[in-house]
Amino acid sequence: MAAKTLTIDGRLISAAEDQTVLQAAKDAGIQIPTLCHLEGLSDIGACRLCVVEVAGSNKLLPACVTRIAEGMQVRTDTERLRHYRRMVLELLFAERNHVCAVCVANGHCELQALALALGMDHVRFEYRFPKYSVDITHHSFGIDHNRCILCTRCVRVCWYIEGAGTKNVAGRGAECRIITDLNQSWGTSETCTSCGKCVQACPTGALFKRGSAVAEMERDRTRLEFIVNAREKKQWIV
Amino acid sequence: MDRLKIATAWMGGCSGCHMSFLDLDEWLFDLAAAVDVVYSPVIDVKVYPRGVDVCLIEGAVANEDNLELLLQIRERTRILVAFGDCAVTGNVTAMRNPLGNADPVLNRAYLRPEDLHPRLPAEPGILPALLPRVLPIQEAVPVDYYIPGCPPPAARIRAILQQLVAGQVPTQTGADLTYG
Amino acid sequence: MDHIDLLETKNRELRTRKPLCLRVCMAAGCMSSNGQAVKDSLEKEIRAAGLADQVEVRRVGCLRLCCEGPLVASDPKGELYQKVTPDDAHAVVAALKNGNGELKRGDLQHPFFSRQMSIVLENSGVVDPERIESYIAADGYQALHHALMEMEPKDVVDTVFRSGLRGRGGAGYPTGLKWSTVAKTSGDRKFVVCNADEGDPGAFMDRSVLESDPQRVLEGMAIAAYAVGATQGYIYVRAEYPLAIARLNTAIRQAKQLGLLGGGIFESGFTFNVEIRIGAGAFVCGEETALLASVEGRRGTPRPRPPFPAESGLWGMPTLINNVETFANVPPILRRGAEWFAGIGTQQSKGTKVFALAGKIQRTGLIEVPMGMPLRTIVEEIGGGAPEGNQIKAVQTGGPSGGCIPANELDTPVDYESLVRLGSIMGSGGMIVMDQSTDMVDVARFFMGFCMDESCGKCIPCRAGTVQMHALLEKILKGQATLRDLQRLEELCDMVKNTSLCGLGQTAPNPVLSTLRFFREEYLHRLRSLPISPGIPILPNGSHHGPPVAEAAKT
Repeated sequence: MAAKTLTIDGRLISAAEDQTVLQAAKDAGIQIPTLCHLEGLSDIGACRLCVVEVAGSNKLLPACVTRIAEGMQVRTDTERLRHYRRMVLELLFAERNHVCAVCVANGHCELQALALALGMDHVRFEYRFPKYSVDITHHSFGIDHNRCILCTRCVRVCWYIEGAGTKNVAGRGAECRIITDLNQSWGTSETCTSCGKCVQACPTGALFKRGSAVAEMERDRTRLEFIVNAREKKQWIV
Repeated sequence: MDRLKIATAWMGGCSGCHMSFLDLDEWLFDLAAAVDVVYSPVIDVKVYPRGVDVCLIEGAVANEDNLELLLQIRERTRILVAFGDCAVTGNVTAMRNPLGNADPVLNRAYLRPEDLHPRLPAEPGILPALLPRVLPIQEAVPVDYYIPGCPPPAARIRAILQQLVAGQVPTQTGADLTYG
Repeated sequence: MDHIDLLETKNRELRTRKPLCLRVCMAAGCMSSNGQAVKDSLEKEIRAAGLADQVEVRRVGCLRLCCEGPLVASDPKGELYQKVTPDDAHAVVAALKNGNGELKRGDLQHPFFSRQMSIVLENSGVVDPERIESYIAADGYQALHHALMEMEPKDVVDTVFRSGLRGRGGAGYPTGLKWSTVAKTSGDRKFVVCNADEGDPGAFMDRSVLESDPQRVLEGMAIAAYAVGATQGYIYVRAEYPLAIARLNTAIRQAKQLGLLGGGIFESGFTFNVEIRIGAGAFVCGEETALLASVEGRRGTPRPRPPFPAESGLWGMPTLINNVETFANVPPILRRGAEWFAGIGTQQSKGTKVFALAGKIQRTGLIEVPMGMPLRTIVEEIGGGAPEGNQIKAVQTGGPSGGCIPANELDTPVDYESLVRLGSIMGSGGMIVMDQSTDMVDVARFFMGFCMDESCGKCIPCRAGTVQMHALLEKILKGQATLRDLQRLEELCDMVKNTSLCGLGQTAPNPVLSTLRFFREEYLHRLRSLPISPGIPILPNGSHHGPPVAEAAKT
């Protein structure tokens, strides 16, 4: 694999030619905020938090799906990007009912952590307060649509890691929601293997282990990466 | 220079933010030495005075009284601070909003079949009516600064008050912010 | 079928034609105003008059002046009858024999007809869209034969390149360049896809082409397939176009029967098959990557590009996607040469463009005009201006991705670059005229509502941003917004435009931005005074104490 050199935030770095900007930045110790990205899953470029400025391109490019190139000049943390990222978070918080104080994921939530990291001290848009249900028909897990940000990590992990294809997205626009099989309650699913990978993948408190109380829902993100590494690279030891 | 006039107000919230404020313990003596606390649930003042420099508002706008007081506060206050998650986001207080209006919660609370005398409370002029929709403070009036947190830790309340007292623009860096 | 068969089919069709012909519009517009009954009645009347062997009652596609339908054209008299009812049949037949029936005759010298120029629509209203022989009689499939027999694929690409044809789906990407990319990309298989998922409000160009002349699109696709090395084509057409789908099915079946689709076309080694894929009603499936996902049977959501479909499209194979009108331009370019086509239009925008003229205008319908024609000619001469002597206020082009061009810019020539300079786009060809009764904020709200409903929900700026922008526009319309809300709206426009994943989100703010640019005062008039001083509170319904800005300004 050939290496290429590029500049990220003024730092000259080298990276493998098949790496994305996000991977190259991570290897160089530069953090780019992400939400729909999860190590071990294919990227979809949906949350737009990882957009970066690339010299010569008049468009902002999502770092997770943009391949590096020789001589590329990338800026990951400009005033403009910070402004847009904060707005992405504000839109998410206003979209559904994210009540950190009573959330199972409080303190272990990627959305919450990003809000703090990006200095979102309040939301300037009107909260929509939509009415959503909670499905706790499954014996071990539950899904609270109020806290879902539609990153589709659960869908991707269900299809491409577990291979069950239980989770999916129905509807469109703001009406999108994560469904089980043919839009039925989770407990009635005959395809769900109850592997729990979706619960591990969820960035917020939307998917949880039943019985979790406030702030109790911690996740082990490395498990998915481990499974993928074991399968693809035959590496069994982390 | 005149001493700063500081106020705190308590709207639709659990008073946890005020508890956190009281957790400042002996520093409150230092604060009292530097400013005048002119209105607060913890002092016995009935009417919100004019010419207040800084007011910390805990809680969301949940009923007509909250709204009336808030409008008065905004008119009489130079710097308004949304204090805690209910004030900033609506938080638990606003969890009834997805139900549409106040009726479902009132019915659930007062018209349960097991109640001996199921009756919706109604005392015009005494009991303020619930607003159909609970509002975070900034959806009702312009807010100058925000201190999220449920509750905000005492140390951060102190840090922000210190900056305000010193006439500085209060800043909260990433690690100082919390929700929940 | 070989060339001799093709010519024989043409000649037989021309030879057996009856001397008189009544062309009855059977496109969706006239069909919806009882066109079928008109046609039945005419046939009955002609049988009754014993004229069956002299008069052909021909089902044709769009006769263009939709607002006056049902339309019937009479040959060789060269008359057009408007708002024909089944009861008019007697008068129409009498008119064939120079009788003087009471009929509403259309003025074919009117600029609506005389200023048009037909390339894409040359057969529209002329050929029977359900008979391939009728298309062949109009020199159909000559271009495909010419390409297969006398040209190398690269020459075909070169011809299209030199013609200057640009994509008619809206963005105006050079068609030849796209073909050349697909041709040069290697892949086990290649695909040609026709985008017939026309969904802009007020746009019906592609539908009309498919209903009026479906064979032309198939021929264009076959030529493209030969040029890029594809063997399989798909037409992605929305389910809301049942008549177009039915006629396409008929057209494909007939073309296969004559050996103009399938294996060994014109006894060459070239094989090309076409299948129809019916869209389930999502506007976003007009976006090419979402369309491809939908063709593959997956949820129709866009994906980031690169890779572009030309490199990695259907099932990862190189895929050419063009719009209906783009393909419809191809046969005449091959037949008449790149230079002929390049001689029409402007320096950078060649050929003609079909527009669906709608809104507050006297003559609504389908028009085809050379690129570069001033908007004023289109709306004032061709369209006859606003009804009841009203003033035209703006012209909306490009649908939800486009913008509103104000009346004082009507001298702008219609070409890709000029419209972009005005903050609009050519788009697929919807053209909605607005007069002074139109509320521009309401227009922006309408299009934002459309984008909000049609957002696929994949990326956050589009999914949640359109909801917030729509809410802010509603607030402005209700007179409850402040300058702060307007600033937020503009901030959101900028953010959604710059961060959305696909074209739908990236262009969703355009109707707001363009109305803000040209009609800002309509927004400002509705704002209530800004609570600049902390003493002025906002009420929970969004309004707040203090007079509206406009009133305050008066005092």
